[in-house]
Parts: sequence; C-alpha cells; structure tokens
Amino acid sequence: MKKFVLTAAAAAVTLGVGLGAANAAEALKAPSKTWSFSGVFGTYDQAQLQRGYQVYKQVCASCHGMDLIAFRNLAELGYNEDEVKAIAAEYEVTDGPNEDGDMFERPARPSDYFPSPFPNAQAAAVSNGGSVPPDLSLVAKARVGGPDYLYALLTSYEDDVSEEVLQSIFETETHKREVQYAADLEAYNVRKAAYDEQVKSDPSLKEPTRPEDPGPVESVEDLGLPDTANFNAYFPGYGIAMASPLFEDAVEYSDGTPATLSNMSADVSAFMMWAAEPSMDERKQMGIKVILFLLVFTGILYAAKRKCWADVH
Amino acid sequence: MSEPLKTNNPVIKWVEHRLPVLSFLNETLVVYPAPRNLSYWWNFGSLAGFALVVMIITGIVLAMQYTAHVDYAFLSVERIMRDVNGGWLIRYIHMNMASFFFIVVFIHMFRGLYYGSYKAPREILWMLGVVILLLMMATAFMGYVLPWGQMSFWGATVITNLFSAIPVFGEDIVVWLWGGFSVDNPTLNRFFALHYLLPFVIVGAVVLHLWALHRFGSGNPLGIEANGPQDKIPFHPYYTVKDAFGVGVFLIAFCAFVFFAPNFLGHPDNYIPANPLVTPAHIVPEWYFLPFYAILRSVPDKLLGVVAMFASIGILFILPWLDRSPVRSAKFRPVYKWFFWLFFANCILLGWVGQEAAEGLPLILGRLATAWYFIHFLVVLPLLGVMERPKPLPVSISEPVLSGGGGLAAAAAKPMEKA
Repeated sequence: MKKFVLTAAAAAVTLGVGLGAANAAEALKAPSKTWSFSGVFGTYDQAQLQRGYQVYKQVCASCHGMDLIAFRNLAELGYNEDEVKAIAAEYEVTDGPNEDGDMFERPARPSDYFPSPFPNAQAAAVSNGGSVPPDLSLVAKARVGGPDYLYALLTSYEDDVSEEVLQSIFETETHKREVQYAADLEAYNVRKAAYDEQVKSDPSLKEPTRPEDPGPVESVEDLGLPDTANFNAYFPGYGIAMASPLFEDAVEYSDGTPATLSNMSADVSAFMMWAAEPSMDERKQMGIKVILFLLVFTGILYAAKRKCWADVH
Repeated sequence: MSEPLKTNNPVIKWVEHRLPVLSFLNETLVVYPAPRNLSYWWNFGSLAGFALVVMIITGIVLAMQYTAHVDYAFLSVERIMRDVNGGWLIRYIHMNMASFFFIVVFIHMFRGLYYGSYKAPREILWMLGVVILLLMMATAFMGYVLPWGQMSFWGATVITNLFSAIPVFGEDIVVWLWGGFSVDNPTLNRFFALHYLLPFVIVGAVVLHLWALHRFGSGNPLGIEANGPQDKIPFHPYYTVKDAFGVGVFLIAFCAFVFFAPNFLGHPDNYIPANPLVTPAHIVPEWYFLPFYAILRSVPDKLLGVVAMFASIGILFILPWLDRSPVRSAKFRPVYKWFFWLFFANCILLGWVGQEAAEGLPLILGRLATAWYFIHFLVVLPLLGVMERPKPLPVSISEPVLSGGGGLAAAAAKPMEKA
C-alpha cells in the first residue's frame, strides 16, 4: 500500500501537479462574466444546467468524476422522476454481495452516485499521461474565480485565446524573466568578484558560470512548457495536462442552442457551479426574506430604543 | 449591595431562599447600574457574547452530523451541505460567525485601547479578555482543521510545526501534539475533541470576565468613574434595548455574508480534500490570524519569530502597567489619540502583509510594522504617560461640560429611580 501511494505521489508531483505548482503563484485573473445566478436575485437557469449536464456527460465525464452528485440530484435541473430514472438506468453500477456472496452489475437507480470514470487515481493517471483529472463536484468553489475561471479556462486554449490576452501574457512573462535575469546577474557579479579575489591564492577554484539572458517571450514556445502540457492562458503556470476538450458542435443540443465553444463552456461552467453549490437558489431566496425581516425588526428595535432613552438624553 | 428580588410568587421565593440565582441574574442583567453615557462602541461586548452562543448552538448541531476521521471528515461536511435539512445554513452560519466573532472581539479590544478600559482597577478584567482571545484563537484554529480540506491540513501542519522551534524538546513536542509523525487521524480526532471543549472553557472565562466587570462597573467614553446615581442608569431597559438594536444591525451585516457571499471569507483550496502529497502554492491562515502570521514571518529566525508572535498577544497582559498615563480616555489625551490611530493602521498593514508572499516590499513593510507594534507598547506608551499633557477632565458624567453649574444633576437623577 505504501509503495502504491509513493508511486502515485511521484507520478503526481513530476507530472500534472508539478506543472501547476511550479508557477502557481502567477495566474491571469479570469474576467467576470454575467451569469443567470449572478447577484442577489440571480437564480440557476434550468435549461442551461441541463445543457451543461449534457456537455459534462458527453465530454467531461469520460475523464472527470463527480463523486458527490447522485442521479436523484438531477431533479433539481428540472428533470421529472421518470426522466431521472431513465438517465440513471443508462449506467451500470456494481452492487452486492448477493445471496451467493457475489458482486453483480445492475442498472443504476436515482439513489446511486455518478459512477467514476476510473476505478482509482492510479488508473486515472495512467490513462491521462500521468495527471489525475480532478473530481468536478466542487471545482467551481475550489478555484479562485469559480465559474468565471472555469469559463475562461475552457475558452482560452492556444487556438481560441485572443491576441490581446496572449500579448499581455508575453509581456508579463518577459518582464518576470528580465527581473529574474537582473537578479541572477547581480548574484553572479558578486560571486565573480569573490572568485577573482580568491582565485589568486587558490587556482583550483571553479569559475562561476555567467547566467544566460533568457530573452523575451514572443510566442507560446518561448514559455518553455513541458511536452505533456498544453498552453492555456488562465491555468496557473499556463501549462495544463488536459488537451482542449471542447470544439464547435462537440455536442448536439436538443433545445436548438448553437453548440459554440462559448455556449458549451458557459453551460458546463454553470452546471459545475450548481454541482458545487446546489442550495444557492434556496439560500438567496431565504436571504432576501431574512434581510427584509431584519430591516423591519431592527427598525422597530431602533424606535423602541429611541423611545426608551427619550428621558435620558 | 445584594438586593433581594421582589416577588410574591411562593415558588420563586422558596427557590430564592435556598439558591438566590434569580436575584443574581436580576442584579447582573436587569438592575446592574451602567454609566448613562456609553456609546455604541460599548455594544460589542454583548455582541461577542451573542456570537459565542450562536457558535456553540450551531457547533453542537454540526457535531451531530460530522465525522472526525481523515477518510470521512470532508465527505461528512459535504453531506451536511447537500443532504442534511438546513445543513448548508447551519454550516455557513458557523463558518461566517467565526469571522464575525473575531471582528466583534477586535473592535471590542480596540475600544478598550482607545478608552483606556484596561486601567486600574480593571486590569484583571482586561487580562481575562486576553485569555478569552487566546482561547478563541486556539478554538478557531482547530475548527478550521475539521473539514479536512487542503488549507485545513496544511494550516495545521504549518502551525503545529511552529512548536518544533522550541529548543531541545521541540521535535518531541510536535510528535506529541500530532499523536504520530505527521498531521493525521489522531491529530484530527484530538482537534475535534478540543474544538468541542474549548468553547465551554471560553464560557467559563466569560463568566469571570463579567464578574470582574461588575466589580467596578463598565468604563465609559469619558474615562472617569461614575460619582453617584445621577451618572448611572439600570441595564434594563436602557442597555438591553440598545444591545438588542445592536444585534439587529450586526445580524443584517452577518446575514449579507451568510446568504449572499458565504465563502467570501474562506479560501477556495479548502474545497479540495486534504492531500498530504500536494502542497498548496500559498498556505495562508484565516484572515483573523493574518497580522500575527505577518509578525511570525517578519522575524528571520524561526524561534524568535514564534516568540514574537506569542509576545504580540502576551504583551497585552502587561499593557495596564506599560501605559502610565493616569487619564483613561483618549478623548482627553491629544497625543495618545494619534498614536492609537497609528497603531490601528499598523495592525491593518500587518494584516495585509500576512496574506502576501514574504518577499520584497511586503517583507520590508512587515518588519517595520512588527517593530512598530512593539515600539508602540514598549516605548510610546510608557513615554506618553510621562510626557503627554492631558486635557482637563470633566467633573462628572452627568455634567461633561466644564462650565460648572449642577443644574443637570438633579434632572438626571430620574432614570435610576426607575429601577
């Protein structure tokens, strides 16, 4: 077991996770987008969530699990009981043991959770070039920027990202390199001066090597991402293990919405937000009532306070 | 001084004769004479009490659904969020009230600093407050570990590792704290046990805090003692209604967060299950620890950093003896007033530094701010006590203007008679 974990750790650190961790400090801030659920009165758009579920099911689910979501939860997307049962029945899950002590396969029921695409993290890593695709149940709350970030990520692979964004990344990275190079050079000069002094008495000393000017970043290649990584403008460190997952008409929407990259990305981001925070609609609706009540209640308390204190002031 | 409760109810009389608890409560919460001139800054004591009660109630309910095991803790919290009726509400209240509890207590403490509430004869009252702050910090830290997200795990790892700075026994102490060789299941279990215990220790400290408060009564914005009944009004109804109004305003702000931005004060990484193999890019504590975290990181030596961090709170214990000025309220201390605001700004600066990476400008500012934090207590306050020339103090609370003439006093005597 220990060896198992260690191997997984090595794989995770050297590959996918390592890419992010190395440069994780810097990341482009995702532009904020207007969602149906933005703001105090915003609510989820069920039609959008259904489309987002379709994208998840037909594209994302082949690699990404959503362990915290059960088929019964899909009722919140506007599916009726029979539809939920029908969706669940498309999947086979392992159950048991039965009376003979054997595990068996049966069609999923609404109470079952979404099946994972891989039996374990190691299997996931092996099938994905060493990176484990993260579970998407909470991803919309587990990333800075939430759904804005997810949308920006899905629409900002090398072929899709705008020239302006690319240029701003190149400028930032060039600047960072210049700063780093200047610091390296300064450190080198100090070491070189010390070397020049000491080499007179001890000729066996090794001369420090002068750092090389990395030059400006003018293209994605100049960023020096590892071969296993794909460029993404919004992924911390710009190198993401996941290849661009969506392309025009990757799915066919039954409600006639054009399956553009932007639409699919927005729909699946909204769906992931719902998965992370299914109680949001209920929460906001309750919140409006609570705040209205408190405003009235506090107003009455203030009037009571004024009346009570009238003879003191 | 003890005044028996006036009642005709034979049952109450029977109980009162044997256990005068109702007289005690009546004295503490109803007739307790409070200065008539308390401003809204004096609301934050009762607000802190309110926050403590909310935390205990929501916490007990959450504990009924929570599982303190490394394999289930994260999932049990998500189960509370998704499948337990009203679970998301209880959990968001508990999460956000932790932050609001600290906001309230920090304001309460700055109030104490501004109005010199810690001065004789209220030194022990102040010191008990510092004890409560320390207990709160320990409780909050352990509570943040319980959901077993990435920040929970790595925050626990960083903070417990601080104890390894202790010479000779450091490493052994850390292993003892962990109950193993890393933050793991035994750590989570004991943190849960202590997180459940400490709030009740806080309740005990709060009782002592109130006991000490009622010995000499509340301070007041003028910082002079009440001279007689004309300076005081009964706690009920005057301050009960004022505190209730304060709770209303507090709840509006609080509910705005709970219902519309419940995760604003948290960290996204804590929605990623704890993974001992992956370190987050930035390990940052909850916002209320940031100033202390900044002090810790400003000192290049690990042991001295830890000492400085604990000293930044420990120094509050001796504050009553560092501030030598006989005048309490900053209203009458023209120079101290400026240094108070400078100290306040310095604390905010430390908070900002605490969330930045410890390098470049934040590191330099953090060192300066850390130095100023201690200079304020160790140099500025003792010197001001000698060098500052305070403004003349009013004669009494009921006639704060130094114009003489006792016309007000007679009229002001009325309220106390109401009791």
